[in-house]
Amino acid sequence: MKLYLKIWRQKDANANGQIVDYTLDGVEGDMSFLEMLDILNEELVSKGEEPVEFDHDCREGICGTCSLQINGEPHGPDRLITTCQLHMRKFNDGDTIVIEPFRAKAFPVIKDLIVDRSSFDRIQQAGGYISVNTSGNTVDANAIPIEKHAADAAMDAATCIGCGACVAACKNASAMLFTSAKVSQFALLPQGQVEAADRVQNMVRQMDLEGFGNCTNTGACEVECPKGISLENIARMNREYLSASVKG
Amino acid sequence: MSGLIKSSIARKVVMALSGLFLVVFLTQHFVINITSVIDPETFNSWSHFMGYNPLVQFILQPILIAGVIIHFVMGFILEIQNKNARGVNYVKYKGGANAPWVSRNMIYSGLVVLAFLVLHFYDFWVHEMAYKYVNFLPEDPTRYHEETVVKFAPFWRTILYVVSFGLLSLHLWHGFSSSFQSMGLNNKYSSAIKTFTKIFSVVIPLGFAFIALYHHLNPITH
Repeated sequence: MKLYLKIWRQKDANANGQIVDYTLDGVEGDMSFLEMLDILNEELVSKGEEPVEFDHDCREGICGTCSLQINGEPHGPDRLITTCQLHMRKFNDGDTIVIEPFRAKAFPVIKDLIVDRSSFDRIQQAGGYISVNTSGNTVDANAIPIEKHAADAAMDAATCIGCGACVAACKNASAMLFTSAKVSQFALLPQGQVEAADRVQNMVRQMDLEGFGNCTNTGACEVECPKGISLENIARMNREYLSASVKG
Repeated sequence: MSGLIKSSIARKVVMALSGLFLVVFLTQHFVINITSVIDPETFNSWSHFMGYNPLVQFILQPILIAGVIIHFVMGFILEIQNKNARGVNYVKYKGGANAPWVSRNMIYSGLVVLAFLVLHFYDFWVHEMAYKYVNFLPEDPTRYHEETVVKFAPFWRTILYVVSFGLLSLHLWHGFSSSFQSMGLNNKYSSAIKTFTKIFSVVIPLGFAFIALYHHLNPITH
């Protein structure tokens, strides 16, 4: 199929970007979206032009590295997948596809379609862990009985790959879904209770410091999340936060 | 506690609590107003009570005005922060693909309701304050029904009220159940809260619109 691509090109973090038009022929339905961009880049390189920079790593929906706002939606029009899992069969011959980086003040563009998502790392570093003595006396996690419902809900929260689609989809560029998933995966387990109050307060404080927006409960993040992280996590984080703040 | 005041979650809880407070007030306001259609004498009696009871006038009324101000000022603060958080806008943003229109446009439905409140305060509250505290006119427990009906004689005012109630309905449609989520409630009761929200956000504004239209179509003739 023949596609008309409108791609955000930006030389570096300080440059002004713009949409550049490309026409790409010979695209097959079985190609992934990233393979389609690979072919475009091969064409550009063969013509001596600068290839389009984009993030990718595992290309199997696990690592959370690929991003891209495709025709106005993070990870494109399909649900519960990342950009690398999006196939070109979802598009038709002659389609125009607008490809942009995830947009948020806290996700500054590095180059073209690559954004700096280290703000997520800093939120994690603020409390998204449990302090465990690893000097040889560590208790096996499986030795602690955990109710199945809680274990399942914690695992669901832990499937967040930190791709940033929630921020990209949210009209407010809010990181509540990501942060709440990282809070919830510990809040639901006994291992997470010891540092629960500090964790939620520190992670929310860092989230606010990074300049993400507020949550309007539109639910866009939940719909666009490739891992189906639920809004229940945001409610849980709000409860945890209010409880921790009131208790001091 | 100092961190609580500055946090995004606390700001949302302030929005939620002030919003729920206004929902309670709206319900009480509707119950009184509907009596203007059903039984004018009851309307006069209840309106007089609300207008002259010291607890209502000097405690509840200032709390209500504070609730309105807190809700819309915080709404503006959140909107400004949210716009700044995007930074550069998308060339193409398909908001309708993943979220309902009402949830994405609370600021606009809210602004219409705020503009309506200015008109509504001018129509009734300013008049009432002038009657009691500027002109020092004598108490008259029989005046309220006629004053209300006369207000809806002009077609333009009736239409402005009805349109505003439509936007109020949209604002409630998302805001009411959303406030529970902001306060951390998302459990087995959430679907019941959402259902109640939908019924409430249609019935109450529709009822207010009915009252306005009823008085417009049934003017008092002496």
